[in-house]
Amino acid sequence: MADVNRGNRPLSPHVSIYRFPLNAILSIAHRITGVGLSITALLVVWWFLAAAISPGYFATADWFLTSWLGTLIMVVSAFGLWLHFCNGIRHLIWDTGSWFGNHRVTVSGQAAIVIAVILTIATIILA
Amino acid sequence: MVQLTLPKNSRIRTGKTWPKPDGAKNLRSFRIYRWNPDDGENPRVDTYFVDLDDCGPMVLDALIYIKNKIDPTLTFRRSCREGICGSCAMNIDGQNTLACIFGMDEVKGDVKVYPLPHMPVVKDLVPDLTHFYAQHAAIQPWLETKSNTPAKEWKQSIEDREKLDGLYECVMCACCSTSCPSYWWNGDRYLGPAALLHAYRWIIDSRDEATGERLDDLHDPFKLYRCHTIMNCTRTCPKGLNPARAIAEIKKMMVERVI
Repeated sequence: MADVNRGNRPLSPHVSIYRFPLNAILSIAHRITGVGLSITALLVVWWFLAAAISPGYFATADWFLTSWLGTLIMVVSAFGLWLHFCNGIRHLIWDTGSWFGNHRVTVSGQAAIVIAVILTIATIILA
Repeated sequence: MVQLTLPKNSRIRTGKTWPKPDGAKNLRSFRIYRWNPDDGENPRVDTYFVDLDDCGPMVLDALIYIKNKIDPTLTFRRSCREGICGSCAMNIDGQNTLACIFGMDEVKGDVKVYPLPHMPVVKDLVPDLTHFYAQHAAIQPWLETKSNTPAKEWKQSIEDREKLDGLYECVMCACCSTSCPSYWWNGDRYLGPAALLHAYRWIIDSRDEATGERLDDLHDPFKLYRCHTIMNCTRTCPKGLNPARAIAEIKKMMVERVI
């Protein structure tokens, strides 16, 4: 085989030039929301722990979680939770070998986003 | 490993803009990745202008136009010019496809042409596919039989033959594997959509008698299970095949044989 300057071959560009379709964006969003939700879950655990430790400590934790930053984290997490939930259902369906057509993948992805937005709004209204 | 930025020797410089063809009125601009192994410089993106009145409709027609009339050093693979050989696979307008069956009218603005993503570049638009082919060989793409060879032929029912539809058409162009972020980060050990589609093609072949061994071989955290159903493979396949579904079917068979 022609061994043309093999050691110094450049790597062709990837992330910087690929036009990611919706399915890829939802895929990475699924992972990001998964990691993000673990962190939010820790915050909630911290809130419970604070309640179990002392009234003063609970007041501190509760102050943070109900501050504008805490509220923002919770609202973003609510959307993250619902997006992860809706997209997770797509993954469960894919695990059965269904919904693999290009059209189905796009439509179910759009539906997951729309439903996640609706559920987030519902969560904000109800909570 | 996930490495979002390019290595130092792979960063892209601004290239040169080649002169417009004389007297052309209907121009289309092409921005094309160039790398020459002999000049020791980093890759660059050159701009070319193609006279649409003197050129066929496909991106490959434009590349041939450029090579013939503007810059004979532009290097790319091509052969059949009708989507059968898989040679001219490249990244056009941000998606992997075959230049010969992808019309330039499908692109808005400049036509951006890069080699298949995250591959070692041999020259310009030619990636090194050695590892990709080795992975195809690793799934043993042939009939494995144990029973005695029949007097005439290995027969197959019409229904069993139909199971191979949507699989045998694969031309190994590597568009799917090089569209897959999992393959980008773990391509050394993850087989990638193309090799796995071929693996499935032999697994479900009614005449093949090594199904168990084939599944055993794929039962590995990397070879098969780095597929996270991102679906770029199916989205980008220029032949309209569905590698993601083939991989899902293999995963299902893995589960079915233990329950």
